[in-house]
Amino acid sequence: MTTTETNTDPEALEPVVDPNAVSIVINGRQVTARKGDLIIKAAEDNGEYIPRFCYHERMSPVGMCRMCLVEVDTGRGPQLMPSCMFAVSPDMKVMTNSPIAKAAQEGVIELLLANHPLDCPVCDKGGECPLQDQSVSHGPGESRYIEEKRHFEKPIPISELVFLDRERCILCDRCTRFADEVAGDALIHFTHRGNLTQINTFPGEPFASYFSGNTVQICPVGALTAKSYRFKARPWDLEQAESTCTTCSVGCRITVQSSRDELVRYQGVDSDPVNWGWLCDRGRFNFESVGSGDRLTVPLVLTSSGHEPTSWNSALGSAARLIKDAITAGGANSIAVLGGARGTNEDAFAWARLAHDVIGTPNVSAQLADGLPIGLLALNRATIDEAASAATVILIAPDLKEELPVLYLRLRDAAEKHRSRIIEFTPKASGISRYAWRTVFYEPGTQAGAVATALGQADIAEQIAKGTVVIVAGRANLAESSAPTVAALLALTEALPQATVLPALRRGNVVGATQVGLRPGRGGLASLGILDAAASGKIECLILLGADPLGDVPDADLARRALAGARRIISIDTFLTGSSALADVVLPAAAYAEKSGTTTNLEGRVTRVAQKVTVAGTARPDWMIATELAQRLGAGLGFRSDSDITAAITEHVGGFEGVTAAVLDANPNGVIALAPNIDAINEPMVTLGDRNAYDYRLIVSRKLYDKAIVTTKSPSLAPLAGTSAVYVNPLDVTRIGSAVGAEVKVSSARATVILPLATDPSVQRGTAWVPFNQPGANIGELIDAAASVTDVRIESL
Amino acid sequence: MSRLNEDNVRIALETIARYPKARSAMIPLLHLAQQQDGYVTNEAMAHIGELVGATSAEVFGTATFYEMFKFKPVGKYLINICATMSCALMGAEQLMHHAERRLGIKAGATTPDGLFTLEHAECQAACTEAPTLQANYRYRFHVTPATFDALIDDLANGRLDAEIPPHGTVARIRQRIPADRVVGPRSPDDVTTAPEWMAVAPTASGGGQ
Repeated sequence: MTTTETNTDPEALEPVVDPNAVSIVINGRQVTARKGDLIIKAAEDNGEYIPRFCYHERMSPVGMCRMCLVEVDTGRGPQLMPSCMFAVSPDMKVMTNSPIAKAAQEGVIELLLANHPLDCPVCDKGGECPLQDQSVSHGPGESRYIEEKRHFEKPIPISELVFLDRERCILCDRCTRFADEVAGDALIHFTHRGNLTQINTFPGEPFASYFSGNTVQICPVGALTAKSYRFKARPWDLEQAESTCTTCSVGCRITVQSSRDELVRYQGVDSDPVNWGWLCDRGRFNFESVGSGDRLTVPLVLTSSGHEPTSWNSALGSAARLIKDAITAGGANSIAVLGGARGTNEDAFAWARLAHDVIGTPNVSAQLADGLPIGLLALNRATIDEAASAATVILIAPDLKEELPVLYLRLRDAAEKHRSRIIEFTPKASGISRYAWRTVFYEPGTQAGAVATALGQADIAEQIAKGTVVIVAGRANLAESSAPTVAALLALTEALPQATVLPALRRGNVVGATQVGLRPGRGGLASLGILDAAASGKIECLILLGADPLGDVPDADLARRALAGARRIISIDTFLTGSSALADVVLPAAAYAEKSGTTTNLEGRVTRVAQKVTVAGTARPDWMIATELAQRLGAGLGFRSDSDITAAITEHVGGFEGVTAAVLDANPNGVIALAPNIDAINEPMVTLGDRNAYDYRLIVSRKLYDKAIVTTKSPSLAPLAGTSAVYVNPLDVTRIGSAVGAEVKVSSARATVILPLATDPSVQRGTAWVPFNQPGANIGELIDAAASVTDVRIESL
Repeated sequence: MSRLNEDNVRIALETIARYPKARSAMIPLLHLAQQQDGYVTNEAMAHIGELVGATSAEVFGTATFYEMFKFKPVGKYLINICATMSCALMGAEQLMHHAERRLGIKAGATTPDGLFTLEHAECQAACTEAPTLQANYRYRFHVTPATFDALIDDLANGRLDAEIPPHGTVARIRQRIPADRVVGPRSPDDVTTAPEWMAVAPTASGGGQ
């Protein structure tokens, strides 16, 4: 075949054919679609909008509403087809607005409006309603129906957060499909038949899904409305800005919407690498806390008669003086900065500069003794997409449904669509256990051994050999130190050197804050070390950057001793929390949506956060406070705006070189920045106590709704926090000699608390689970941060 | 009122085992619940959800689709009087008025003694025999006020117990498949390969058997 080798005539070369391209004709225009695309999507991608109600790109098509009927000719003559149910085929001819297609679409609108009430003027959806819009664009303009419309009681609450108006419902199956397919909480369903068909919950069993707010957003009519938004604003009055949610570290893209300078709603934005448009209810509805009347609006200084409001000038002066006095009294090392995970990258960078360069202390940490050592961030990082497409996902992490809900949705989707198999190591069943290929239960403290045993099993080894492996790593149990988890993680990374790691650290910008510098300097103390030093009187001045150790540090006694032992406390916070109430100076901070900047999610993805409303009172963003304090300490940081700092981060922080303002503007989904100069994680010491001394090994983990200040100050979410209880295996109840619901005495070596007894079959025998930070007795009293695990005795009263 | 009792749980588990997917047994179990209590209780629906791995809402959604599952207490005998065209022409309306007077209740209600529930029904597919009714889904044809009264008397006095069991009874003899004769069906999810070719013996005419 020498001819082909010598043939250089370009005309003779075969053109490269994209095997996934399908050529179709839409409205007489030849276009190229992707193989497997539905007609409705192919048309939209090529600029022809086909009206729809039930079709949603992130859910499977059902052909329920018939709105997307178009004429399609596949060579057998034109026929009406629901374009959301058929994939494109070569040379298919699609007519989206032929007379027959238009007549069909108008007919569907007329039928839908036969029962849909025309209460648009008082409907929350009016103005942004697909039914309203498409009645105008694709409807007949008038109706032949004169009959009475069907009536239901309206609206009925189907959960604490969502109301249902069945008269407005067009039965498109979006909310029910979401609940079943996406969230896995099929708590709403079509019920009854024919003209009485309706969406409803089981009698007395509410739609208590962590993701219920999404159904409000995807409802194509005003049938589902959110309690927090009902009658608050009209869509045409809303102002909005695209931003990133910083409630947890998944970093879902959202639009922040306000009316009259007040936040009224967050809507999920479909960010392909992150949240696919979904949000958890905690993230969606905690905007209420921003406008709370309890916000700190003026600086406070502690006087002999308690906290007194003062001017920023005097408060900053006092704060600077406290810092100077501390340096004089104990040197720069006697100052510590705790927190910063709630702010932007800019806030964190300014504070890192202030702490490390101006004050000169290495004792800086963005964590609160409840995460993992920051060396976790030095491991080969995975993205969410990589995790959700890996052949095997290994979880040695907290319950993702409770702590990182949208990451749970992505991994659940990966397992349900058979892309990934999940191997979960956990002390008790988590939200994702239902979808895990293998769930390995371990007794707290012994996870490294559980990992080693599992890796030695033939079927698990075979599964891991099938392809890429992503490890999701975080702290599953607050009643044990980070050491056992680190040991298990290192066992995994040593056995699987090709595996990448997705850090499951939960606080909004903890990864970003750590990467831009809010981390211990050389010889500096991490969060636990800072608390220990403060408790033993070695900290002259403790700066709490939005941190509430009393609420968040698992070891309650340590937190209390640390705040009592620190000579002076400066708190920068949005609310007067238990910890900031003890501070000598409290500086009111701007909250989310009151300041702009950038944030970094657990992947290292940097995205923009936007300011939408004016700050509460005289509150200021953290970075501005850092700049002012630096000035008063005699060294200007030179930042006049958050964009100055964004530029400085690009210039000075390793890994952020490419993250310029222009790049962020061009990539609303963000760009990945990984800090390369974080020290590797060290092999920890795990010491397990004598198991015979106490009966039960304690598991303490977080729930989505707890006493966190932002939840407490959001009226919609506050009632959702449960109550504290100690959960044991049902078979252990008789052994305790008590009954479910009765109060029992739970004692560790350190303290005793009284909690009601409850059962959970997923709690292994010999262990006990207590949710953290719930209303009721504080389980933190029992936790000793210095011990590897916590053993408790449970006795009936 | 009540979840499935112990005997019925045993039957439920046997039933579930016959299907490749547990939730396929949902409707047979709803019948079982209706047989137990005369109607399907909320507690039974929640129990069925637990047994087949569905949420209560999914069981409720499925159950309420079907006209013959009742969700409120029903009399021992459910009398359905057809009201569709042929029966209407042949005097169904008068028959209903008579029935209401005879039983002392309106259509849709149950007699205070809990014996009879009276309901309108759509076409019972026996137009040549109009007007028709069903007592616990057993037909009565060419019903007149007199034959209606006779039927009510017979039911009340137990003279028809052999023919018409109480409402909810699916079958008086339950099919039991011994464990060794259960097919052991595979879940469609577990089927990843094409079915095996079946050997077909050629016949004299050359075609397959």
